[in-house]
Amino acid sequence: MKKIATTCQCDTATCPTEQVDASTTSSRMSGRSVALGVLALIAWVLLYQYLAPIAHWVTATLLHLPANTHLSQAVEFFVFEVPKVLLLLTLVVFGVGIIRSFFTPERTRKMLAGKRESVGNVLAALLGIVTPFCSCSAVPLFIGFVTTGVPLGVTFSFLISAPMVNEIALVLLYGLFGWKVAAIYLGTGLFIAIVTGWTIGRLKMEPHVEDWVYAAQMGEGADTDADLDWAGRIRYGLDAVREIVGKVWLFVILGIAVGAGIHGYVPEGAMAAIMGKDAWWSVPLAVLIGIPMYSNAAGIIPVVQALLSKGAALGTVLAFMMSVIALSLPEMVILRKVLKPRLIATFIAVVGGGIMLIGYLFNLMNVHAFIVK
Amino acid sequence: MKITVYGPGCTKCKQTEELIRHVVTEMGIQADVVKVSDIKEMIAAGIMSTPAVAVDGVIKMAGRVPKADEVKQWITG
Repeated sequence: MKKIATTCQCDTATCPTEQVDASTTSSRMSGRSVALGVLALIAWVLLYQYLAPIAHWVTATLLHLPANTHLSQAVEFFVFEVPKVLLLLTLVVFGVGIIRSFFTPERTRKMLAGKRESVGNVLAALLGIVTPFCSCSAVPLFIGFVTTGVPLGVTFSFLISAPMVNEIALVLLYGLFGWKVAAIYLGTGLFIAIVTGWTIGRLKMEPHVEDWVYAAQMGEGADTDADLDWAGRIRYGLDAVREIVGKVWLFVILGIAVGAGIHGYVPEGAMAAIMGKDAWWSVPLAVLIGIPMYSNAAGIIPVVQALLSKGAALGTVLAFMMSVIALSLPEMVILRKVLKPRLIATFIAVVGGGIMLIGYLFNLMNVHAFIVK
Repeated sequence: MKITVYGPGCTKCKQTEELIRHVVTEMGIQADVVKVSDIKEMIAAGIMSTPAVAVDGVIKMAGRVPKADEVKQWITG
C-alpha cells in the first residue's frame, strides 16, 4: 500500500486511473497478505511453544551460567519472560485493534443514549473495554455523552472502565499468572466501573458538572470509521500494534528486568511484613501511593509479579495496580475542565473506596496460595 | 479548499497537522490548513475523539492519525 502512495505523484488529471490501478493491486495483495498472516501466526505459535527450552539454552549453554545461582535464575527469568510477554502483547493488541474498529465512540454513544441507569452502567462498563479511548479525548467524549442523553452515572461507568480494564494488563496478567488472576482483574475492574458509576448517578451530581457543558450544542458529526472494509480493519489492528507495542516495549523490558532482579535476589516472603495481608493499613496506603504514580499497565505488571511472588498479598497488590491505572493525576487535571472540584473529589473517593473494598475482600478471602503459582 | 484539524494539542494531533501540511505542499494544491484546539468548537462540529479531520466542513476521520494516501484521497475525491 505504501509503495503505491509514494509512487503516485500524479497530477489530478491522471489520478482517477491510478486509483483504479491501486484498488486492483490491493485486492491482489490481500491474497498475499492473508498467506503472510497465516505464516506469521504459525511462526508465533512455534516460537511461543519453545520459549522455555530456548531460555534455558541461552542461560546454560550460550552464556555458560552455572545452574541454580541467583544470577542464572534472574537471567533465565528475563530471557523467558521478555519474548513471551512481547509475543502475547502483539497478538492481543492486534486482535483488540480489530475489535475496536467496530466500536467507534459515536456508535457507543448511540448505544448508551437514553439507557436506564442500572442496565446502562453495565453496558457502559463493557463498552469501555472495546471502545478506542485516549485520555486526551476524555473531555470531548464526556461532553458528547452527557449532552446527548447518556446519564452522568453511565458516562462515569464508561470513563472508569475504559482505562481500568486494559487489554495490555489483561494479557500480562494472563501470561504471568494464568487465567484465574486475569479473570479476577477483569471481573473486579468491571464491578468497580459498574458500581461506582451507578453510585455517582445516585448521588445526583449533575449540578457539579461545569455549567458550560450542558449549554454546549453537540454537532451532528460523522461516524467515519464505522464502514471500514476488512483490509481497513486489519490495517487498524496493525497500526495499533505499531503504536502500542512500539510505545510500551521498553517499559515491558524494564519492568521484567526489575522483576528478574527481585526474582533472583530478594528472599521469598520479604514483602510479607509490609504488603502482607496482616498489615491492614497496606491497602489504603497502596491506593494512595498509586494515585500520583502514572504508569501504563505494561510497566506496572512485572513489578506486580515480583511483589506477589515475594509474599505481598493479592488484594493489596491488586489495589495498588488498579489505583495506578485508574486514578491518574493527569486525567484528573484534564477532567477538571468539565467537572467542578466536588465531583472530582467524589470521583476519587468513590473509585478509591471501591478499589480498597476489592483489596480487603481479596486479602480476607485468602485466595493467594490457590491462585498464585 | 479548507482542511480543518481538530485536536487539543496531543502528539497525535500535531502529527496529523504536520502530515496534512506535508501532503498539501507535496501535491502543490491551494488549501487552507486550520488547526482547531478549542473544545467548544470541536463539540459544535460533533467531534468526540481527536485528532479529527474535516475537509470543507465534512468530517473525514476521527480518533487516529491518517495515512498520507488517505489524505490524498480526501483532497482529490
